[in-house]
Order: sequence, then structure tokens, then C-alpha cells
Amino acid sequence: MDKAEIKNTIRPLGKKTFHMGGVHPEANKIAHEQTVEEFPLPDQAVVYMTQHLGAPANPVVQKGDKVKVGQLIGEANGFVSANVHAPISGTVSKVDMVADISGYKKPAVVIDREGDEWMEDIDTTPDIIREIKLSKDEIIARMKDRGIVGLGGACFPTHIKYMLKPEQKCEYLIINAAECEPYISTDNRMAIEHAEECIVGVEIALIASGADRAVIGIEDNKPYATAVLANAAKGHPKITVQPLRIKYPQGAEKQLIKAITGRSVPNGALPISVGCIVNNLTTTYAIYQAVQKNMPIVQTFTTVSGKSVPADKCRNFHLRLGTPIKAVMDAVGIPEDTGKIISGGPMMGKAIANLDAYAAKGMSSFLFLNEKEAARGEVSNCLRCGKCVEACPMGLEPYRLQAFSELNRLEDCEKYGIMNCIECGSCQFTCPSNRPILDFVRVGKAKTGAAIRARAAAAKK
Amino acid sequence: MITFLSVVVIWKAIGVIAAIGILAAVVLFFISKKFHVEEDPRIDMIVEFLPGANCGGCGFAGCRNLAENMVARCTMDGCKCPGNSAENNAKIAAILGIEAGETTPKVAVVRCQGTCENAPAKVQYDSAFTCAFANNLFAGENGCPNGCLGCGDCVKACNFGAIHIDEVTKLPVVDEEKCVGCGVCAKNCPRNVIEVRPKGPKGRRVYVACNNKEKGAVAMKNCKAACIGCGKCTKACPFEAITLENNLAYIDPAKCKMCRKCVAECPKHAIVAVNFPAPVAKPAPAPAPAPEVKPEAAAEPEAVKAEAN
Repeated sequence: MDKAEIKNTIRPLGKKTFHMGGVHPEANKIAHEQTVEEFPLPDQAVVYMTQHLGAPANPVVQKGDKVKVGQLIGEANGFVSANVHAPISGTVSKVDMVADISGYKKPAVVIDREGDEWMEDIDTTPDIIREIKLSKDEIIARMKDRGIVGLGGACFPTHIKYMLKPEQKCEYLIINAAECEPYISTDNRMAIEHAEECIVGVEIALIASGADRAVIGIEDNKPYATAVLANAAKGHPKITVQPLRIKYPQGAEKQLIKAITGRSVPNGALPISVGCIVNNLTTTYAIYQAVQKNMPIVQTFTTVSGKSVPADKCRNFHLRLGTPIKAVMDAVGIPEDTGKIISGGPMMGKAIANLDAYAAKGMSSFLFLNEKEAARGEVSNCLRCGKCVEACPMGLEPYRLQAFSELNRLEDCEKYGIMNCIECGSCQFTCPSNRPILDFVRVGKAKTGAAIRARAAAAKK
Repeated sequence: MITFLSVVVIWKAIGVIAAIGILAAVVLFFISKKFHVEEDPRIDMIVEFLPGANCGGCGFAGCRNLAENMVARCTMDGCKCPGNSAENNAKIAAILGIEAGETTPKVAVVRCQGTCENAPAKVQYDSAFTCAFANNLFAGENGCPNGCLGCGDCVKACNFGAIHIDEVTKLPVVDEEKCVGCGVCAKNCPRNVIEVRPKGPKGRRVYVACNNKEKGAVAMKNCKAACIGCGKCTKACPFEAITLENNLAYIDPAKCKMCRKCVAECPKHAIVAVNFPAPVAKPAPAPAPAPEVKPEAAAEPEAVKAEAN
């Protein structure tokens, strides 16, 4: 496709956005043009049982067991939990506690690799299967069985989103390909390299949700990906592609719903309350793999990037879960002036405190920030300039919430809506006094949440 | 004429205000009679003998609320000021007309020796300077998931100014003179590093200055002074005061007779004995068994004292 063709494809689609708040961080999509490479298999994989939101999975293998790729090794434990499957074949060498990127120990299964033998019922061929044979309930059961979680970063078990109560109806299925976080390029590559599969995945999700239409929201800085997706969606009347204006946090669930449907999700409610289900584009690929090929999530797409890395060295990898993250970084080369390494995007990601950790579901990028970028500026007093209030996409007063949280005034935190914070970090990004607004809001949010739960528990008694 | 008028106006105004004032006074008088709250005079008397720091260490909303509860329940069981001196408690008991009961003075101890030297930082923390947040975020600069984070939530929580962060070690230091053992610092520590222990006779006490719960080999990588759960102290203790749980030794202050055999036994120097007199000039390296006998001999009168107390 040449430039004119891309332009002609995108222009008629128009552009949408949310209106309240938002910021414009430097995009730095350095790895946009890099094709996804298969990362070599690790000799040993450490698979955490906590690769999703909710209760950790129960390990169902023991030391000495032989496992094949795709074999169930961790069983979902409770309603909000997900299955975990073996990413490599070999022998389980131990079931132990292993430190993750935060340095805290998490339950994990360690597998020593022998060859690369897949489970027989998994189709590993690259052929695209378009015909969907499963019914709605079978699809949801398959999602649960194959351990599908939201791959946008939060890792919420996907099947729960599709288990609707009888009074709930899904009108819109929204596919999030906005990728508003700087640096990360996996959704872009996904759209370009696996558009066909993604569209089949969306068709499957449409059946599962019972929705009438699906909208793929994609930010404006990915014209080629948008055009490819739009072309792939041509034969599917229910699926449309919707370009979005470049603005952070365009890919946040509530902002995306607002931009695409114009509906506002009420405070404390889920998207389904306004008839929407939101999934990431990479998740639709995982759904396609699970339903059409019976493949569980055993791999993850990861961007390794950073300003100090030469542009041609920034890469996108398709790697097995449990791969040592140090090996992934070494493949690119950790720049000498690195001050901070982040897992996830620079706005919402987490700084890595322990490099001897292993890749998990939803780790969509590793970023090297140089010393200058990593250092926080000197904190000064709040100027009451109101920039954070202007930037907050949820219409909160971040400077106030920070102060309340710092003073441990949890009732005020609750009153001023701290629980509505989506932790996008726009406030901290825009603060001219370099105040650690989001840090304290997170503290306050955790404490307030605990207080609210305690109150609810007391009321039950 | 004008002057006369204005004088009349002024007198009128004064008259009206005075009338309103008298009316309000009468109304208020009857209202205060009607809604009079009988308050026990003992509450005010007890408040006199409480520290007045409103630290909340007792579990009530400040000193006055504690006094109200004491009077209402007419007991000091379960509503006692942990920071009060024995004499003040005796006075309060006298007001309530009950026995004072025994009070063991307590003090906060920091169960971590992860100094910059013992546990060098592997990463640098550069975010909101509060332990509550740091604890949510990561295991700690030195990698120990149970040790002190050094952001000083305990310092902020202390109402008596008894804790400060040491500039060199970056660990909190408790000022024994100021600490009343109310335990607010322990409640505010997200990792339970601070423990409130009996102060001990003459302020002498022995405790495990570590909170590590990881296996020995892992702990040793993070900190030179970590308790590795080897159990040598449990065997050395003649009073069965030391228990081992989750790779961590704990000395029961009720059973400890301060013989300090465990202190000498601990290979990682994780057991700390404070306020004991410096060992009397050890007879230089000459006779080998001598130093082993001496501390015992020195310890015995201590044990007797502890029992006496």
C-alpha cells in the first residue's frame, strides 16, 4: 500500500476522541517498523502462577513430571483466576516461590527444557481458519480453559467479561488497538502482521458477546496498521475500524468507550452497564488462537525499546512465557546510561526492581530509560495551578486527593472520588512541581478500598 | 436637633440589642437546664494523669475518650494507656477506686539490621517517600521483602518524637527515653518490622533484630545480618525461650532470663542485647575456655534480678 492509498482508506473513517482531560506525551514509537521476531526458546522457564488479576492458580504438576507445550500446569483457583499452561516442553524441576519483577516471591513452576514438543490437540500450523464452529457457550468455556486474559496489561481473565447476567446486553464490542502508551508497538505489529486472525478473533468475540457490532479503535499514529485492519474488515459488515485522535489515555477502557460510543460508564460500574465489552487487539488474537487452534497463551508479544538504544536495535519479540527477562534485554543490549528499566509503558508501567525475573502474560514491553529521563525532578510545593485537574480524564482533583492521601484522610479521599482514579498518571506527567501525585493517590486508593471493603464486611455481619 | 436625634437613635439601638441579649440569655438558660448533660467529674481528673498526646495507642480516639471508657467500665482492663507511667496509673486507679495492677513498661524495638553496609542497595527507590507505597511497589532497595524500607512512616506516626532515621544506617532509631511503648509505630509499619517489647530490667533486653522469613541461602544474599533460621540459638537457650518459625527465631520476653548465650551463638549476629554493661575487660586471648565461662557468671545475677522484678 502506498501513502495515497492509506490516506484514502483512512479518511472516510473519520476521527474520534474523548474530551475531558488527557495529555500528549512524546510518542517515541521507535520499534513501529520492526517485524516481530521469534525469540529463541529458553533452557529453563519459570512460569508464575500469578499471571493474571485475581487468585493465584494452583500448580497441578509436581517435581519430575514431564510436560509438553500447552499442557495445563496451573489450575484457576476461584472465580477471578485463570489457567496457566506450560510454555516449553521438558521436566518440572521444582515448584517453588520465585521473585518476580517487584522482588517479591510468587508461586511458580520451573521447567527444564527438552526439545519443543507440543500437545497433540494444538494446531501449530500458520494456516488461517476462518470458519467458526463453536457456539457461544463453547467459546466462553474455551477462553476459560485456555487461560485467556486481557493482554492490554491488566490481565483480567477474559471469559468473565463475557459471562453476562440475563438482564445485561452487550451492544458494542470494542477492540482496543489505541496503544496510547509511548514506545510500545506490539498492537501496531499485531494489526499489520496478524490482521486476518484478529478479525476472525473479533468475529468469535462477537458470537460470545452477542453484540451487533464491533468497533476497533486505533490511534491516529498508526496509519498503515489502520489501513490494513480496515481492509481486512471489509468483508465483515459487523466490524468497523475507528481511527482515534492521538491523546493519552485514549486506550483506557472508559475513555475508549466515551470516544467511540459517546457513552459514559458510571462511577464504580463496569463497561457492560452501558452495553459495552472492551478487549485488547492482542487478546482477540489470543481468542482466535484458543478457539480455532486450541492454543493456550504460552507466548507474549513484547517490545524492547528505549531512546538510548539505536533505532534499528529496538525490536519486537514473540517470546515464550517464563523466558528470563534478562535474556530478552541482552538480545537488544542494555544501554550503559540506563537509569531505569520499565515493564509496560512509561506512563503506567512498573519499574523493574529485580532483573532476575521471568516473562509473564501481558508484559508488552521492556523500556530502557536513560539516567536523565529516569530521574525525577525536585519536588516543590503545589502551585494550585490546576494543570492536574485539567489533565485528569476522570474529572477528579488529583492535587487534592494527593494531599488527603498524604494526611491519611480517607473519608475525604472517598468523598472526592479517589476510587474512580484509573491511575493513568496524566496528573503527575503534567505537574510543573514534579509532585508525586499518582504515587500518593495509589496509596490512598489502596487504603480507601480496604476501608470500604471492611465497612461492607462489617455491614454484612 | 440633628445631635438630639442621633442620640435617640443610639439609645434605641442599645435598647434593642440589650433586649435581644436578655431574651437570648433567658432562652439559653432554660435550654441549658433542659439539656444538661451530667458528666462524671472523674473523667476530667483522669485526663490530668494521661499523657495528652492523643496517640491512639490505647485503641481509643484520644486521651479523653480513653478516660470516658475507663470511667464507664470502671476498670483499666482493656482500656489502659500503654505509655503511662506506673505512678500515674496508680493515681488513675485511685480515682476509679480499683487496684492499679501491674504495668510492664514497654518500648519499641526495630527488628532489622539491614544497614547500607549489611545489605547494600541493589536498586534505587525514587518515588513517594512513604513505606506504605514502597511496600506495595517492590521488595526493597536491598531486595529483602521483610526488612525496613527506611521511608520513615514510623517517624511520622510517632506522637512523642521518639523515632528518627539514622543518617548513616538509614534505619529508624528509637529513643528509649522518649518512647512510651504505645505501639503506633508498629501499627504504621507495613512490614511489621517494629515490635513493642517489655523494656526489661534497667532497660536490658535481648531480641532478634531481624524480620526475615525467607530461607537462609536467599536471605544471606540480601543481608549479612539476616537471621537464617539455623536454630543454633534455640538449642543454646536453657530456658526454651526461643522459637523458630518461618526461618525466623523469636525470643519470648516472658521466658527470656537474659543469659545471652544465644547472642554469642548466633553466627549472623542477628540477636541483639542492649543496655548490658560492656563485658568486663576480657582476659586477653590467653586461656581459651575463660571467655565462655565469664559471660555466664556475669549473667547469673542478671537472671536473678529479672526474676525479682
